[in-house]
Amino acid sequence: MNEPSEVEKSRSAKLSRILQTNWRRLVLVIPYSWLLIFFFAPFFIVLKISLAETVISSPPFTPMIDWVNDGVMQIRIVTSNFAYLWEDDLYVITYLNSLKISTVSTMLCLLIGYPIAYAIVRSSHTTKHVLLMLIILPFWTSFLLRVYAWMGILADQGLINDIIKWFGFEPVRLLYTQTAVYIGIVYTYVPFMILPLYANMEKLDWTLLEAAADLGAKPMTTFFTVTLPLTAPGIIAGSLLVFIPATGEYVIPDLLGGGNVLMIGRVLYNEFNSNIDWPVASAVAIALLLLLVLPMMLYQHIQSREVES
Amino acid sequence: MTQPVAYQDRPWTDPEAEPFIKVQGVSKLFGDFTAVDNVDLEIYKGELFSLLGGSGCGKTTLLRMLAGFESLSSGSIVIDGANMNNVPPYERPVNMMFQSYALFPHMTVEGNVAYGLRRDGVPKSEIEQRVADMLAMVELTRFRKRKPHQLSGGQRQRVALARSLVKQPKVLLLDEPLGALDKRLRDQTQFELMNIQDKLGITFVVVTHDQEEAMTLSTRIAVMDAGRFMQIGTPTEIYEFPVSRLVADFIGNANMFQGRIHENGPDHVIVHSKEPDCEFYIDHGVSITEGTRVWVALRPEKIRISKQATGEGTSNSIKGMVQEIGYLGGLSTYRVLVGDGQIVEVTSPNQSRPRDSNPPIDWDDDVVLSWEPSSSVVLTK
Repeated sequence: MNEPSEVEKSRSAKLSRILQTNWRRLVLVIPYSWLLIFFFAPFFIVLKISLAETVISSPPFTPMIDWVNDGVMQIRIVTSNFAYLWEDDLYVITYLNSLKISTVSTMLCLLIGYPIAYAIVRSSHTTKHVLLMLIILPFWTSFLLRVYAWMGILADQGLINDIIKWFGFEPVRLLYTQTAVYIGIVYTYVPFMILPLYANMEKLDWTLLEAAADLGAKPMTTFFTVTLPLTAPGIIAGSLLVFIPATGEYVIPDLLGGGNVLMIGRVLYNEFNSNIDWPVASAVAIALLLLLVLPMMLYQHIQSREVES
Repeated sequence: MTQPVAYQDRPWTDPEAEPFIKVQGVSKLFGDFTAVDNVDLEIYKGELFSLLGGSGCGKTTLLRMLAGFESLSSGSIVIDGANMNNVPPYERPVNMMFQSYALFPHMTVEGNVAYGLRRDGVPKSEIEQRVADMLAMVELTRFRKRKPHQLSGGQRQRVALARSLVKQPKVLLLDEPLGALDKRLRDQTQFELMNIQDKLGITFVVVTHDQEEAMTLSTRIAVMDAGRFMQIGTPTEIYEFPVSRLVADFIGNANMFQGRIHENGPDHVIVHSKEPDCEFYIDHGVSITEGTRVWVALRPEKIRISKQATGEGTSNSIKGMVQEIGYLGGLSTYRVLVGDGQIVEVTSPNQSRPRDSNPPIDWDDDVVLSWEPSSSVVLTK
């Protein structure tokens, strides 16, 4: 006889009851632990290193917690790395330059991406899918390979200069300039602008545009009074998706900008690999994080207050 | 010179009157599909005109062409003497109340109503005044700071109405204005609409699929089917004198009998129906040759039902057996089996209270149905 005993029965009933009432919490455990392990833990490690001093050893920084002879615990926190970032003009200028490049790139992506997203939403059902496919298609090739391809296109003997010369004009220097970095960043990140905009516009009620026209609004007025405010969430989402990674971009300024374009990603790389100054490198990373996260938190705070009112 | 009163109320009967909206030979094709098929229509100033038809009959397309959202495949639309063919929606003297209301979700009630006036560059103080007046009229002053999502369906409908009226358009187009409201709100709003229309004298063109709504609201109704007008006329004309079986069936209920013209006099027609075996004496002449196959339409409320024969000869009466009774309180509807299987619907007011709970006419009773010579209509198509 393999009938489950009363105790087993009640136990399994209990378990299923727990699952039924708490399944939401159980499901949420997965993303939370993911964030904890792969985001917060590394963040605190970096934070810890940023508060240490450089030493020539392995690892190349002083430990935060030390045990001195008599079993006394010694905690050592230094903030000099952050002060150093502030005092040395190089870092401040680099941060500002990174912010400038990412801001301009974000605006360029918006100017290019908005009409594209609009056109995709308004096209017929079958065309829509083809166009979306074309937007996503570049992701199937390695990002690095695509940047190298741009090097070929922008080089002094590259495709663009070949065309310019064929028309009989003087060749222009493109590679290793700020322009090349802009081209690279806009090219890489424009899909991240288009996709959230598309998702937002897809939900837009187009009869609202007819209503605006019916009430006497010319197409441009309709755009600024109805379309733009209603697609603002898409614009913000897309801009964040472009702005944040663009600010910390390393590969594009390194390959397309050469040594001429200073961006924070490059500085970080140099501190880490060339100078082997892990604490300063970590401070650079933490400062960048604060620079990006604080405005976003502020924005979210304002938004949630708006929703409440 | 004084105009006859009848002309003021019924401008379409006045041969001198100039129509306010003239739709001439208008067609609209979507690919191979003809949504509106070469229609002509004249609507007069101050009318409340309804376009009535089932879904896909082209009524909404016609309305959207009046608003300027759809281009015309052929023909022309003239409003108040001006050709509208190449006038964009934002320059037409026309406003529309959308079926979905299409309120701007990011603006307050006030902002929605003021939107049209702002586009016209009306001075700020005047905008405030006119918006306040309009909101007072639709009784929404209390809600002026709310966003559309904070309003009920009926309130949203009134915002939409206020927004489309505040610019004092020459023509107001309404797309299923009461469609999204429940029965009680509908009845209430229906009369509000009529009052507003009466007060402002704006010409209303209403699209609806609801015949009851069209009947109560309209000065005239155009019944549409497959992109064409089946009949244009006052609610009474359309109900009492339908021109085809389709119209008779679409507006209210009608019992149809198939027969042949037996006698065609100058002031009467006699139609013989074989199944059920019945003779219809109709007291209006029709210009149809004898022997032609026709249909006789008879409205359920125009038929008398009784247990005894009234004994006025054989025409305009028929014997049957009660199959079903629907007791509605004020009215009863009877479904009576006549001849070999045709069901005739009869509605009859319950004028006297029965002495006991047994109704005067019961299931399976043999009854006689009879009607006046003026009650039935001869239809050829």
